[in-house]
Amino acid sequence: MGIRGFVQKYVGMNPNPITRKTHEAHSRTRGTSVDISICPYCAVGCSQLIYSKAGRIIDIEGNYESPINGGTLCPKGAATYGLVHSPYRITTVKYRAPYSDHWEERPLDWCMERIAQLVKRTRDASFEEKDENGLTVNRTLAIGHFGGATLDNEENYLIKKMWSGGLGIVAVENQARI
Amino acid sequence: MPGLGSRLGRGGATTTQQSMGDSDCIVIMGANMAENHPVGFRFVMKAKQQGATLIHIDPRFSRTSAMADIHVPLRAGSDIVFLGALVNYVINSERWNSDPFFKEYVLHYTNAATIINREFRDTEDLGGIFSGYVPGEGRYATDTWQYAGQEIDPGMAQHPVQDVQAREGGAATGTPQAARLDPTLQDPFCVFQLVKRHFARYTPEMVERSCGVPRDLFLHVAEEILKNSGRERTTSFAYAVAWTQHTVGTQMISCCALLQLLLGNIGRPGGGILALRGHATIQGSTDIPTLYNLLPGYITMPTSTPQHASLGAYLETESLPTGLWYYLPNYLISLLKAWYGDAATEENDYCYDLLPKVGGDYSFEAMLLMMKDGIMKGLFCMGQNPAVGGQNAVLARQALANLDWLVVRDIHEIETAAYWCDAPEVRNGEVSPQDIKTEIFFLPAALTPEKDGSYTNTQRLVQYHDKAVEPPGDCRSEAWFMYHLGNRLKQLYADDDSPRGCQLRALTWEYPTEGDTEDPDLDVVVKEINGYTVADRRPVQDYNSLKDDGTTASGCWIYSGIMPEDGNNLSRNRRGSEGAALEWGFAWPRNVRLLYNRASADPSGKPWSERKAWIWWDPAEGRWTGHDVPDFPATKPPDYQPPEGAKGLPAHPGDAPFVRMADGRGALFSAASLKDGPLPTHYEPFETPVDNALYPEQPQNPAAITFPRPDNQYHEVNDPRFPYVITTYRLTEHHTAGGMSRWVPWLAELQPEGFVEISPELAAEHRINNGDWVTISTLRGETNAKALVTRRIKPLRVDGRTVHQVGMPWHYGFGGLAKGGIANDLSSLIEDPNSRIHEAKSFTCNIRKGRATANGEQETR
Amino acid sequence: MNSNALIPPDAQSSLIGSTDARPGAVGFLTDTTLCIGCKACEVACKQWNQLPMDNFGFTPTSYDNTRDLGATTWRHVAFVERFPNSDGAVRMPPFQSSWLMMSDICKHCVNAGCMQACPTGAIIRTEYDTVVIQQDVCNGCGYCVPACPFGVPQLSLSDHKAHKCTLCYDRVKESLEPACSKACPTDSIQFGLVDELMGRATGRVQELKERGVDGAYIYGDRAIGGTKGIGGLNAFFILTAPPEVYNLPREPELPQDKTIQAYLSSIGAAIAFGLAMVLSLCR
Repeated sequence: MGIRGFVQKYVGMNPNPITRKTHEAHSRTRGTSVDISICPYCAVGCSQLIYSKAGRIIDIEGNYESPINGGTLCPKGAATYGLVHSPYRITTVKYRAPYSDHWEERPLDWCMERIAQLVKRTRDASFEEKDENGLTVNRTLAIGHFGGATLDNEENYLIKKMWSGGLGIVAVENQARI
Repeated sequence: MPGLGSRLGRGGATTTQQSMGDSDCIVIMGANMAENHPVGFRFVMKAKQQGATLIHIDPRFSRTSAMADIHVPLRAGSDIVFLGALVNYVINSERWNSDPFFKEYVLHYTNAATIINREFRDTEDLGGIFSGYVPGEGRYATDTWQYAGQEIDPGMAQHPVQDVQAREGGAATGTPQAARLDPTLQDPFCVFQLVKRHFARYTPEMVERSCGVPRDLFLHVAEEILKNSGRERTTSFAYAVAWTQHTVGTQMISCCALLQLLLGNIGRPGGGILALRGHATIQGSTDIPTLYNLLPGYITMPTSTPQHASLGAYLETESLPTGLWYYLPNYLISLLKAWYGDAATEENDYCYDLLPKVGGDYSFEAMLLMMKDGIMKGLFCMGQNPAVGGQNAVLARQALANLDWLVVRDIHEIETAAYWCDAPEVRNGEVSPQDIKTEIFFLPAALTPEKDGSYTNTQRLVQYHDKAVEPPGDCRSEAWFMYHLGNRLKQLYADDDSPRGCQLRALTWEYPTEGDTEDPDLDVVVKEINGYTVADRRPVQDYNSLKDDGTTASGCWIYSGIMPEDGNNLSRNRRGSEGAALEWGFAWPRNVRLLYNRASADPSGKPWSERKAWIWWDPAEGRWTGHDVPDFPATKPPDYQPPEGAKGLPAHPGDAPFVRMADGRGALFSAASLKDGPLPTHYEPFETPVDNALYPEQPQNPAAITFPRPDNQYHEVNDPRFPYVITTYRLTEHHTAGGMSRWVPWLAELQPEGFVEISPELAAEHRINNGDWVTISTLRGETNAKALVTRRIKPLRVDGRTVHQVGMPWHYGFGGLAKGGIANDLSSLIEDPNSRIHEAKSFTCNIRKGRATANGEQETR
Repeated sequence: MNSNALIPPDAQSSLIGSTDARPGAVGFLTDTTLCIGCKACEVACKQWNQLPMDNFGFTPTSYDNTRDLGATTWRHVAFVERFPNSDGAVRMPPFQSSWLMMSDICKHCVNAGCMQACPTGAIIRTEYDTVVIQQDVCNGCGYCVPACPFGVPQLSLSDHKAHKCTLCYDRVKESLEPACSKACPTDSIQFGLVDELMGRATGRVQELKERGVDGAYIYGDRAIGGTKGIGGLNAFFILTAPPEVYNLPREPELPQDKTIQAYLSSIGAAIAFGLAMVLSLCR
């Protein structure tokens, strides 16, 4: 064996017992519920597995079964867990009054009612039934919408339907344009 | 995208990511696929490992280039010179002229043989413009672009609807029966000869002169593409917003479609054009659009014009006599029934009057001006960050600050929510929060795993995501927000009998809710999108079941078939991943995976080759069969000839794969659907340091849409104050304007700070060291970033002089963990006339070493 | 560039593709020719192992802002820009040429310096032949840090213990693939039995050479990387440029090998000194 081999084999090779913690190590996805999702970032359409326990997401990974990603993810997809649990994520409503220099906390319900009132006021003040040529237009140009392309198809459907079909808001645009 | 729509009939990607794995050659141009679609890129790597050639044509050497066999550094914005030269090379090559495959494909599947109006004049004749240009108005009348014998009323050719948006579906009146053909392709006014003449001066020498690409490198690329196209082999193209974001962006894409048609690569496995979309459901947001000019399913939004004054007039104007658009009445009336329910009757034109009419440009950029000019008072901003991502972002923030109210729904306190307290102009004291009147609501949003819903990916594949957990705190889905706000508004207007009250009251808005937060049940929404028969509310099978008599309702006809039975949402299909994976998700239309797949078989219905078989005609069964759902009437035989006077799809012969085109053929020459010409023509970017080598008298796109005003000034051609070309782009590590990445620690640390990439040569000229602060300026604004000096950016020799390019990621802003100067503070409001998309991929700027600190001092490190 | 210069002249062909890994050993093959530098491995690792953000700052070193492996960064993608000529070459070697990217990681050495140096028994060799630091034993002495020829284990500033890749011991125990290789979009990182992976790597190198990537070789067999007593790396690589280009030692060795000499010479010196003293006393 020679001294070199001897040293290699034995020096540092203390008994190194395996501790109970090491012995009991296991995947934290054990005993969780799994739901199937789609990555919210780019449009490749990677299927994700969402592991959750007691209503809290504890892990997000790629779905092996997908014909698109076959279990893989890119760094953004792999960071979806970090997005969900972002330390900077805002989970309460914030309100900034005109000319104010600070945010205020307001109840969600109050905001919903206030927004509905503002929509009505702005729409009523600007609604055009006919244009200058007498053609029926039933529109308002005073309210606009910018949408991101991480909104679901069903949500976009409701947005287009309510804004344009219900309120006559024509300036409805999406990140898809830019 | 009208680029693909104008030549092929639909704007969606023609192929799938998986099919790229079967390509023999892949050309990535106008995209940086490895960085922006890393997981899709695995199919490129698969093809490459099987021996495919990978070509990346891009101004920058990126992570995509690193994997390529050939990287072609070309000057930003010169893409049509390169693509046009490929067209020219191909049609004059010996192989193309001697291999019968190409002639057969082109003769049968494209409009190459169609004769065009003999009054048509090309850019070659008129010094860079086509016939029909209306000088003073910056637009074209299209009457001379029509098929011969089908001249349209010049009044129609100037139809104001066309001003609003280019549409899909090709020729306005190009019916197959009436077209005059020259199968010998010799007539000087046949499409093929017009194409050949148009591109005759797009030579390898011109590529060298205008693109800065060595002639030999161009020829190498051309040979690879031609070698890998034909009966046995296919070449695919992938592009992204580095094509769309130009004043000639639509024509860059349309030129690619033209080339792929000539090469016989459309509708075949391993071929096609993959439009790479940058967000989860960019494709879905144009299919079910939140876009001002479209109704769901690419139906043109009605305009305040006499042609759209009534339902009858609208349908008369917008329907085509042949092809799928013949059935527009079925689709639109079903949409009106879905929206207005029982209120929509035959007597009242199915409430057509209630649809608001478009009277101008309300696209993204125009909206910023409407806000700044006080026309628009209130704005909803859901998941978008225009304070960073908007062009001329300085102006965008001024526009936000002029609103009466603003509702932001997002995850983090993005710049669009914080512009009033945190923007550079507030920090440096130019503006104070006390000056800003806007009432701002920040409503926290639920994230994807916290709600049900579907996304449509880059290959038109609709996939559902299941709700895994409840969203935290006040976070809610947009579906929740819209549903409940809609209910509140309906209550506010409950007793209002004015037209505006009637509009809202007529709208159907009954959705059952579920869960503690009372989210609307999306299965009901999906069923409404799919369509159902009004009488018994049973789902329809697909859009062929939709009617124009008010007996069916459908919210988006192209998605019809997504829920063929109650509760059976095919976007939740998750079975099998092999081959076309037809049981994984739902692809529109009708679960077709490769569009125009009739072209994967020869005119007689047999596969062009065993290697590239996809669908074929089964004579015994009397139907099309194969690996995919046929994008063609399933039982129409290959030798079918339409009877005299046929309408709709029966008017197309059995060898016409492009079902949405009026004549069923791919349009090498697009008669009326593009606003800046029937053939792609090289125009310089609106801001450019060089002259137009092809058309010296016409430097820029004559139909580009500009907004010249003091707060949106442009640089002159070859403006000595702004000598450098700048291009903006994204990085793997971040997402768009950063709202979903710059606040996430694991992503922020990977690219923690804004930077500008410059070549060592340019750095030396300005004595800039790697890591120094650099100030970048345009007439719109000025911003700063750290220098990343790299040989991946190369000075190019263009027209005998050196052109320097600089590159800057546009992710960064003043919020979040990863911060940086806003690239869009430099860009301008300007639009491609077809898509109304801006030009961020090529404009001009100046740079200098150092930056001004908050107290006005200069610093370099 | 003479690519043959990559292979140390003394490398014997019998050492190429061979390893002393124990039967059943698992590891990673990181094939840099398939790496697109996306850093999914870095994030997937941090996500699974719940490691915090670190090393915050713009370097500006190509696209590498991670800088190095560390206590809270167990995968690190290195970026190396090297353009042989400034003019656009018509032909580039296929599979990564002018911009090299390599996802570095703990090598899980067959004979691990860190383990030999660890005085507490915190570092163990698992049933999968991987090397793991048991956090409940580690006392943060830091002996393992200089003992690693690759600079992998580092002391954390927060808990002052040594940390490094566990080769997802908790996942592997449940037959789950490690997070980094699972996430890797292009299969640049492959997980499996070392024997199998080594066979795959040998074939891949052969194939790359046939396709014109003359400089391809395995880093981590007994010829290169697994040298001087290390006996092979259970996490090994396919590289196309000399190891130094990737900041890897060409001939890593167990530090103990050096200490043996010093140890023996001190014993010799002690004996000599003792003898001298005895002799002097004898006088």
